[in-house]
Amino acid sequence: MASIVTLNTVGVADRASEDLVGPRGARPARAFSRRNIFLYGTLFVVALYYLLPLYVMVVTSLKGMPEIRVGNIFSPPLEITFEPWVKAWATACTGLNCDGLSRGFWNSVRITIPSVVLSIAIASVNGYALANWRFKGANVFFTILIIGAFIPYQVMLYPIVIILREIGLYGSLTGLVLVHSVFGMPILTLLFRNYFSSVPEELFKAARVDGAGFWGIYFKIMLPMSLPIFVVALILQVTGIWNDFLFGVVYTRPETYPMTVQLNNIVNSVQGVKEYNVNMAATLLTGLVPLIVYFASGKLFVRGIAAGAVKG
Amino acid sequence: MPQQRPNRLFRNLHAKIAAIPMILTAVVVFAGGSIWTVIYSFTSSGLLPRLNFVGLAQYERLWWTPRWLVSIENLFIYGLGMLVFSLVIGFLLAALLDQKIRFENTFRTIFLYPFALSFIVTGLVWQWILNPDFGVQGIVRGLGWESFSFNPLYNPDIVIYGILIAALWQSTGLVMCLMLAGLRGIDEEIWKAARVDGIPAWKTYLFIVIPMMRPVFITALVIIATGIVKVYDLVVAQTSGGPGISSEVPAKYVYDMMFSSQNLGQGFAASTMMLVSVLIVIIPWAYLEFGGRMRRG
Repeated sequence: MASIVTLNTVGVADRASEDLVGPRGARPARAFSRRNIFLYGTLFVVALYYLLPLYVMVVTSLKGMPEIRVGNIFSPPLEITFEPWVKAWATACTGLNCDGLSRGFWNSVRITIPSVVLSIAIASVNGYALANWRFKGANVFFTILIIGAFIPYQVMLYPIVIILREIGLYGSLTGLVLVHSVFGMPILTLLFRNYFSSVPEELFKAARVDGAGFWGIYFKIMLPMSLPIFVVALILQVTGIWNDFLFGVVYTRPETYPMTVQLNNIVNSVQGVKEYNVNMAATLLTGLVPLIVYFASGKLFVRGIAAGAVKG
Repeated sequence: MPQQRPNRLFRNLHAKIAAIPMILTAVVVFAGGSIWTVIYSFTSSGLLPRLNFVGLAQYERLWWTPRWLVSIENLFIYGLGMLVFSLVIGFLLAALLDQKIRFENTFRTIFLYPFALSFIVTGLVWQWILNPDFGVQGIVRGLGWESFSFNPLYNPDIVIYGILIAALWQSTGLVMCLMLAGLRGIDEEIWKAARVDGIPAWKTYLFIVIPMMRPVFITALVIIATGIVKVYDLVVAQTSGGPGISSEVPAKYVYDMMFSSQNLGQGFAASTMMLVSVLIVIIPWAYLEFGGRMRRG
């Protein structure tokens, strides 16, 4: 039952990526009609509003503190300085540690890469088993998995603490990687299951007749055929895991905090004078990875997030 | 041909092995974890989970705690605001983009980019923009309007709207994308027919197009609704629940009770309430959708 919304979502997402090519509404008559001025004027103003925070982050991070205290946040920097960026990266303090965001950055890299690889590996094989090698009871587990995607994470936080403590991984990066793989599973499995279900069955049967087994068909036929869906899953997981805060703060220790947690600690620390330019440089640095993924991936991102939006 | 297998369990063995992570996740973490939390919400667990049952005492205490009541009130305001504004703004933006305009891709990219950013980044940027001394308020005052007051993050009465502004900035792009896909799914013949009949465009949208987009609206609704209950990092980054307790939310209550107040029982009871509120949204919808589909066959 819960799978319906996700199925719908994936359907909508597919359409979003395919049909965004040809607009449909009424055709505008003249270039400078009143309607056009209104239309483009509105869109332009709204676009400015959406761009404003990004602009404010950039200009603030390039100003010195004296300039920030006298000027306003929208004015471009009179004197460009990269000092705040250097400080945010290398010497900003959280508590007693003063080695900057770089530690959080490398922690996030060390968390994101294995989590992405592991979660996609598990989910793609699992989706393939569900689509092409159905066994009794598989749908029951799959339904529980999809319903699980709607359960607030807070409900499962503490039981996972206990599980990780039992297997000795509480507080370690490996433990967090496992958590990300577990919570990435519903949406990724759904994504891969739906994709593999659309592969023509004749292909699968022909491979079976030729004697290919479970892994043979997966590696020689399914994997090479489905690179686009792997890219969608990759985008989804990289941005999702990089942006995670809750799991990072619950399942790691201060020295292994991911970038988002460390950023929040730097900016919202109560001690010392607030250095807004350093804070904004740090915020931009943290947002840079998903922004680059977003601008580089274009329409595939739309597909990925619409499929992953249920993940929350 | 596969050779004769003595046991049914070993049939299709590789698929079953491949599904082990899913089975463990579904049974142990999702089902097991949820049931565990619900059971322990009836105990007096403090620093460590312990099975000494106290009935509904944790829930009673929960609903007498001012901080929880503030959290619930905030969640309602935030939730209602998110639902109404993100659906309306998302639809309007999609309708504007659907007018055969130039640079459609550019506009869509701009409206959607905040969604790539985390709630932490969103919260910190808006904390800076809404800063009373340097941000919007400071600038308007600097222009000569000395009495101008727009100070959501330091005014307990309106702080939740400050968070709402940030959340809307971050997530309306996604709703817009869903709506745009829905609009593109509407047959062009319908637009032609409406034009021939002389029906104005806004009426066509209101009475023909929107009812036809019901599935898209429901998808968007479920996505937004499940996101609302989970709101946590945005509040932590933007206000840390302040000033005082005026921007607390349930998810933050759960985290604080479990990991800093050493009051596990309260955390379990509060998270169970979150689970219940999600079920209240999901079950009627699943019943309507799934039940309908069953009848249709």
